[in-house]
Amino acid sequence: MSTRSASVLYDVPGPRARMRYRLAGLLGVLGVVGLVWWVVTTLIDQGQFDGWLWDPFQYSAVQQRILDGVLATLKAFGLAAVGSLVLGALLAVGRLSDHRPVRAVCTAVVQFFRAMPLVIMIFALYQAVFTAQPMWGLVIGLTLYNGAVQAEVIRSGINAVPRGQSEAGYALGLRKTQVMSLVLVPQAVRTMLPAIIGQLVVTLKDTSLGYIITYPELLYAGKLIASNSDGYPYIPVVLVITPIYIAMCLALSGLAHWLESRGRRGANRRVAAAA
Amino acid sequence: MGIPFEDGNFSLFVRGFLGTIELSALSALFALLLGVVLAAFRVSPVPVLRTFGTTWVTVFRNTPLTLMFFAVTFVLPRLDVHISSFTAAVAALSIYTGSFVCEVLRAGINTVPLGQAEAARSLGMGFGQTLGLVVLPQAARAVIAPMGSVFIALPRNSAVAGAFNVFELFSVQKTLTEKGYDIFALFFWLALAYLVISFSVGAVFSALERRTAVVR
Repeated sequence: MSTRSASVLYDVPGPRARMRYRLAGLLGVLGVVGLVWWVVTTLIDQGQFDGWLWDPFQYSAVQQRILDGVLATLKAFGLAAVGSLVLGALLAVGRLSDHRPVRAVCTAVVQFFRAMPLVIMIFALYQAVFTAQPMWGLVIGLTLYNGAVQAEVIRSGINAVPRGQSEAGYALGLRKTQVMSLVLVPQAVRTMLPAIIGQLVVTLKDTSLGYIITYPELLYAGKLIASNSDGYPYIPVVLVITPIYIAMCLALSGLAHWLESRGRRGANRRVAAAA
Repeated sequence: MGIPFEDGNFSLFVRGFLGTIELSALSALFALLLGVVLAAFRVSPVPVLRTFGTTWVTVFRNTPLTLMFFAVTFVLPRLDVHISSFTAAVAALSIYTGSFVCEVLRAGINTVPLGQAEAARSLGMGFGQTLGLVVLPQAARAVIAPMGSVFIALPRNSAVAGAFNVFELFSVQKTLTEKGYDIFALFFWLALAYLVISFSVGAVFSALERRTAVVR
C-alpha cells in the first residue's frame, strides 16, 4: 500500500539518490535507536526494570485480575457492539423513513448523540441511573454514541446500493419493509462491513472509559494492580496492558481486512457468473 | 438540587468551556503538525522512515485514549518528567489525534493524480518539493471533509482529560454533580456547550470546503 503511494512521489533512485536515501536511512535508524535507547536507559535509571517491581505479575491473583479485566472489557464491548448495531440499524432505517416526523426524530437523535462526548454521557448515566452497576452505564453510553455513528455508516451504505435494486424489489411487488430488509440492508451491510468494524474497534477502545466510572475493565484492573503493589509499578502495568489492548484492536481490524477481501472475492465471483 | 447556575457556578462553567477550547485548539495544532510529519514519513523514499511511521501510527491508533492519558499522568512523573497536567493532556491528545490526521492525509495523497508528481519531478523537483509544493496542497483540498470529522471528534475526546486533573467541561460536570445539582439539567447545558463547539468546527470546515472547491 505504502509502496504504491510512494512510487507516485519518487522515481526509481539512481546511484546518487540511493546514496542519499541510504544516508537518510542511516540518520533515521540512528534517530530511532537513540530514542529507544534514551527511553530504555531512563527506565533503567529510574529502576523501572528492577525485578522486584515486576514480581506482582507472577502472582496468580494479579494474573487473574488482568484476565478478569480483559473479560470485563470484552463483555462490555460485546454488549455495546450488539446494542449499537441494532440501534444503528433502527436509526438508519428511521432516517430513511417516508414519514417526516420519524425522519426528524431519528435525525435529531443521531446528530445529538454523535456530538456528545462519551465521557459526559457515561458519567451522567452512572450518576443518575446506574450508580450500583457501572457496567450498564458504560454499555448504554457506548451503545447510544456508537449506535448513532453506525446509523450514519449503515445509512450511507443503503444510499450507495444502486437504485435499480430497490426498483426491482418494488417491481416484484415487495413492500417497503421487505425491500429494506431483504434487498437493501444485506447489500449495504456487505459493502459497509469494513467501516462498521472500524467503528467497532473504536467501541472496543472506548470501553476503557469504564475506568472513569470504576467499572473493573482492563485499565481499571491495571490501576488497581499498580496502586496496590509495592513500589507502585505504574510503568510495568502500562507496558503490560498496552500490548493487550493493541492486540485486541489489531485482531478486530484484521477481521475487517479479512472480511473485506472475502467480500471482494464474492463480488467478483458474482459479476463473473452474471457475465 | 436547584438551578445549575446559582452562586458563581456560571463562571465555573465558562472557565470549563474555555478550558475545553484551549485544550482542543492547542491539541489540534500539534496534531496537525505531527500528522503532516508522520504522513511525510509514511510516503518517503527512505524505508526506515516508512517503517517508523507505520509502526507509530499502528501503535497509537490502537491504544485507547484513556490509556494514553493514564500513561502521561502516572508514567511521566516516574521518569522524572514533571510537566503540568494540561501539557500532558495536550501531548496525549495530539499524539492520539496525530495518527488519525496522518491516515487521512495519506488517503488524500493517494487521490492526487499521478501526473502531478510526475510533472513536478520532470521539472527537477526533489521529494520534499514534490510533496510540499505540488502534492500536499492538492491533497489538502481532498481531505477537508474527513479532516473535519477528525477535528470535530477532538473536542469530544478532550473531555477525557477532565478525568486526569485538567479543568474543562467534564470537570465542571463532576464538580457540580458532587454538589448535588440535577444531573439532567447539567447534562443539557453541557450538551449545548459541546453542540456549539462541534457546530462551529463543522461550519469552519464546510466554509473551507466551499472556498477551496474546484471543478475537477
